[in-house]
Amino acid sequence: MRLINLNAGRFSPLLKILPFVILGLVYWIAADARHALNPEDKLLPTFEALGDAIKTMVMEPDELTEEPILYTDTIASLTRIAKGLGIATAIGLILGIVQGTLPLFRSLLSPFSAAISLIPPIAILPILLVVFGMEESAKVALIAIGVAPFLVRDTQQRSMELSEELLIKVQTLGASTWQIIVRVVLPHVMPRLLDALRLSLGSAWLFLITAEAIASSEGLGYRIFLMRRYMEMDVILPYVAWITLLAFLMDWVLAVIIRKAFPWYRKEK
Amino acid sequence: MSYLQIRNVWKTYDDNVILEKLNFTIEKGEFCTLIGPSGCGKSTFLRMLLGQDTPSRGTILLEGEPLSAEPGSDRGVVFQKYTLFPHLKALENVMLGLEMEHSPLLGKVFGSTRRRIKEEAMAMLESVGLEQSALKYPSELSGGMQQRLSIAQALVKKPKILLLDEPFGALDPGSRADMQELVRGLWKMYGLTAFMVTHDVKEAFELGTRLLVFDKVRHDPQAPNAYGATVVNDIKLDKNKRKNKGEENVEKYETTIA
Repeated sequence: MRLINLNAGRFSPLLKILPFVILGLVYWIAADARHALNPEDKLLPTFEALGDAIKTMVMEPDELTEEPILYTDTIASLTRIAKGLGIATAIGLILGIVQGTLPLFRSLLSPFSAAISLIPPIAILPILLVVFGMEESAKVALIAIGVAPFLVRDTQQRSMELSEELLIKVQTLGASTWQIIVRVVLPHVMPRLLDALRLSLGSAWLFLITAEAIASSEGLGYRIFLMRRYMEMDVILPYVAWITLLAFLMDWVLAVIIRKAFPWYRKEK
Repeated sequence: MSYLQIRNVWKTYDDNVILEKLNFTIEKGEFCTLIGPSGCGKSTFLRMLLGQDTPSRGTILLEGEPLSAEPGSDRGVVFQKYTLFPHLKALENVMLGLEMEHSPLLGKVFGSTRRRIKEEAMAMLESVGLEQSALKYPSELSGGMQQRLSIAQALVKKPKILLLDEPFGALDPGSRADMQELVRGLWKMYGLTAFMVTHDVKEAFELGTRLLVFDKVRHDPQAPNAYGATVVNDIKLDKNKRKNKGEENVEKYETTIA
């Protein structure tokens, strides 16, 4: 039988977790081997050491904040990423629809926002730090500036996908420009914008961790870079796994929202 | 005064003359079918009626007033491609036009107005035979049902003229026949004034009360675009004789078009 016709069938769940199990096994063997040579090895901590570190991070209150550090860091990072993405989504929605639906504004703004989108966001991080200092706004602004141009351009494209016939049709139904935007363009664009947002989660986290590494006093990215100085891999590795899990959950939540709020969207395809 | 007056209308794109010297009038309640070889400007003419395009020369008057330069609710349209709103259920697709009329800001109405609009839209759905599918999304409907819905959507606004651009072109022969029957019924029931572009000569003879044949009268082999098409034949189809006459003429015009 050809490979393209082979399905996992009932073994599918098993296959899905297999790579994770292999990764864990490889790590275990490697950590064990290193510890056999040097019991003080810090590079690949044993599962036991990892467990202890996680326990400390989750259970023991920090001297300064009186909260466990994982809790403080997670709240700080999630707040920043939520604010940043919220602002980026609002900019993407408004500018994207304006540029996509109104030819006059497309002429005015489209080349400008295309040029802006080519600025590497990290390159303007120093400017943001000069302007906002160590305040939260610098980090939020970096995420917003990093993600917004993609959302603007994607939303513009999506608005322009609407067929000429459909736009003519809605005009023959007596719609004003505003009504066309509210009743036709917005519903068309919303689920697609959320899809685009899912795609930008990766870069949002990238910008967040960069900003936290450079200018912060708490947060997941800050902690990883702080721990690097002491080579505390037993903290860094669980943090990386935790960030990955958070990113995965955000993606999943967005997918669920799209499915529940826009039931027609998948059917349309 | 005639309902719709086409006065010396020309359409040119750069040096290409698409349509020339169109001069005719249409009375209220006429069902005009437009046939002609492809690229002869039938659809361009329909676009001008719709306001999607403007004549390069001449004027089109509807009830004595020049047509507005953009599409509006006085002219309804049904395209060949399904132009339904995928995020609205069938009933909501029909309600949309009425809702926007009552709510300039949200384009959505609530309460008693909504109930009234819903009833009106439901009655419209019934007249195109879609009452069973009121709560389905367009993507769940067959091609023929989508076109029925598209017609209901246009008719609920009670347009002064209804424009049909090859509305059954993408349908299988069975649904096509059903749709012709439906359109004939709706035309009688609502006293519509309609224009329909079609490639099906038999359909043009059977549905229309008036048949307009578009073609080029003059040809310049050196400059194929120098002359445009115009109405070469304007046939009043007598209701009683229509059927027989149709049969006779189908062959004759099919060769013209091919």
